[in-house]
Amino acid sequence: MTKAPAASKIQMPLLIVMAVFLVIVMPLLNVTGHIEDFTLNVWGKYLCYAIMAVSIDLLWGYTGLLCLGQALFFTLGGYMMGMHLMLMIGKLGSYNSDLPDFLVFLGHKKLPAFWEPFYSFPFAALMVFLVPGLLALIFGFLAFRSRIKGVYFSILTQALTYAAALLFFRNELLMGGNNGFTDFRTLLGANLREPSTQRVLYIVTAVLLVAVIAGCKWLTASRFGLIQRAIRDSENRVLFSGYATANFKLFIFVICAMIAAMAGALYVPQVGIINPGEMTTERSLEAVVWVALGGRGTLVGPVVGAVGVNALKSWATRAYPDMWLLILGGAFVLVVMFMPKGIVGIPGQIRDWMAKSKNRRENKKESDVPESEGEINES
Amino acid sequence: MKQDPFQKPYLLAAEGLNKSFDGFKAINDLNFYLDEGELRTVIGPNGAGKTTFLDIITGRTQPDTGTLVWDADHDLLKLNEYEIYRHGIGRKFQTPTVYGDHTVMENLILSMAGPRSIWHSLFGKILDPQKERLAEILETIKLSTHAYRKAGELAHGQKQWLEIGMLLAQEARLLLVDEPAAGMTDEETYRTGELLLSLAGKHTIVVIEHDMEFVRQISQGRKVTVLHHGHVLCEGPVDKVQSDERVLEVYLGRKSKAA
Repeated sequence: MTKAPAASKIQMPLLIVMAVFLVIVMPLLNVTGHIEDFTLNVWGKYLCYAIMAVSIDLLWGYTGLLCLGQALFFTLGGYMMGMHLMLMIGKLGSYNSDLPDFLVFLGHKKLPAFWEPFYSFPFAALMVFLVPGLLALIFGFLAFRSRIKGVYFSILTQALTYAAALLFFRNELLMGGNNGFTDFRTLLGANLREPSTQRVLYIVTAVLLVAVIAGCKWLTASRFGLIQRAIRDSENRVLFSGYATANFKLFIFVICAMIAAMAGALYVPQVGIINPGEMTTERSLEAVVWVALGGRGTLVGPVVGAVGVNALKSWATRAYPDMWLLILGGAFVLVVMFMPKGIVGIPGQIRDWMAKSKNRRENKKESDVPESEGEINES
Repeated sequence: MKQDPFQKPYLLAAEGLNKSFDGFKAINDLNFYLDEGELRTVIGPNGAGKTTFLDIITGRTQPDTGTLVWDADHDLLKLNEYEIYRHGIGRKFQTPTVYGDHTVMENLILSMAGPRSIWHSLFGKILDPQKERLAEILETIKLSTHAYRKAGELAHGQKQWLEIGMLLAQEARLLLVDEPAAGMTDEETYRTGELLLSLAGKHTIVVIEHDMEFVRQISQGRKVTVLHHGHVLCEGPVDKVQSDERVLEVYLGRKSKAA
């Protein structure tokens, strides 16, 4: 696989350029009026998706675990933040009650006990990580201990997500039912409807995206990263090298759940709504498509994929509303068939192709032709 | 010839092992005793149960009945793959199993003896003596010049050697080597034999092999075990084994051209 080093060589400068552009240039252009508030806000949403995409790639591209439940963790994180935002509405809601509107509507007179601590922002922020992290810990422990892998793991995570979505659609859960949470007003005293607040939220998102990528870069470069990729390529061999692979998988699974949850928590105040529609099957699959399109097994790839596909979606759903899914499906098929390393793998692919045709011209048949690498990893 | 394994200083004692797959008896009342420091060669026709036996020792397969005692007081049947590994039992698979996407050096680093915790994998440093040891191993397996090449790009024989190197890095007490000469040229086969001989004594080694030339080279009067239908047919020096009537019938008779 001679492509990987080529891809990683272009990664570092690309990462720095991306970071500077997203964290500094975009907000500055917004302040000077060159980028509309609406556009910056939409980009904030894309970057939340990008953070989730990185977590999917860390599991899928690096560890060989195709998790179809990242949208669940994303949404759970969003809900935890949403609970706090709902309480911050105060008496400004339609019913002029201290209770969130949907609770008044359901006939509640008192705030349910589990809502009470969410008045505190630090508590809500802690829950953003704790609740999805704990769910991932329990689910992962059971799945990995039973040595569930490959497509079975994907199906189980998908089923878990579906079950959770059904649960959240119910009003009895007291989490807003199918309407979810919306009509947010303030966060930490700042008015969420002010462009300046949204700009700060955008910057926080961009900074955290860069931090997540930097953290993942460190993680995948450590010996842990070696073990991760070894598990992906040959889990049995790793067991016979003395590593308790289940523990390693559980660790990365929980980390990725928390990364996705953080993305969800950033998403809610910027988009202004969270409902169970975010944790449906399609959402999880769409996120996997972003990673595949951008480039699996790289850290820039998922960001390129998430931002690219969502920007394309924003444009196509307006320009060709009926064609959107066909465009997405077509792009996915093309990439899977012709660009196994995704969009960020193209330079490496061109280099390989040029080297190969040069070899052919010199009539030299070398044996270092890269192996096929398009297949979905499975043990 | 039942012996109490708890009274003997055997490094590995297997007694009364049985294993069936869908009615096929892969291992049939197998008794096998190994002393520390031995270089034992196990031969037998295809389907004799050689690889299944290694699967049982390394925790990949559970036998239906029998006992398997390591170092006089550890019941290996109660342990899983990585716990067995941590007792110092390393295995080279029949088809070379290296991490193809990792460099040769990274393959050795992953196999290196030491803590196996997540914490250590994140923050553990590779110490200077360890680096020296890795360089030494690269020298031994003649891959020094290929240290930073991807293991997947190596030639077949080099992969076999790398996998042996991984066992060395692990500092295994017992090396289980499954057909190390498979797919090698005569020259490579001979060098592999030399390598295994140089390791004998420092490690206890069990070699499973088909190639009688190779068996002669490495056994040098040491004990050879012949497996047949999952049972030990006979044991002894290669000359004695090769002239054994039963062995000639089941194995060498069929393989006489190769031998």
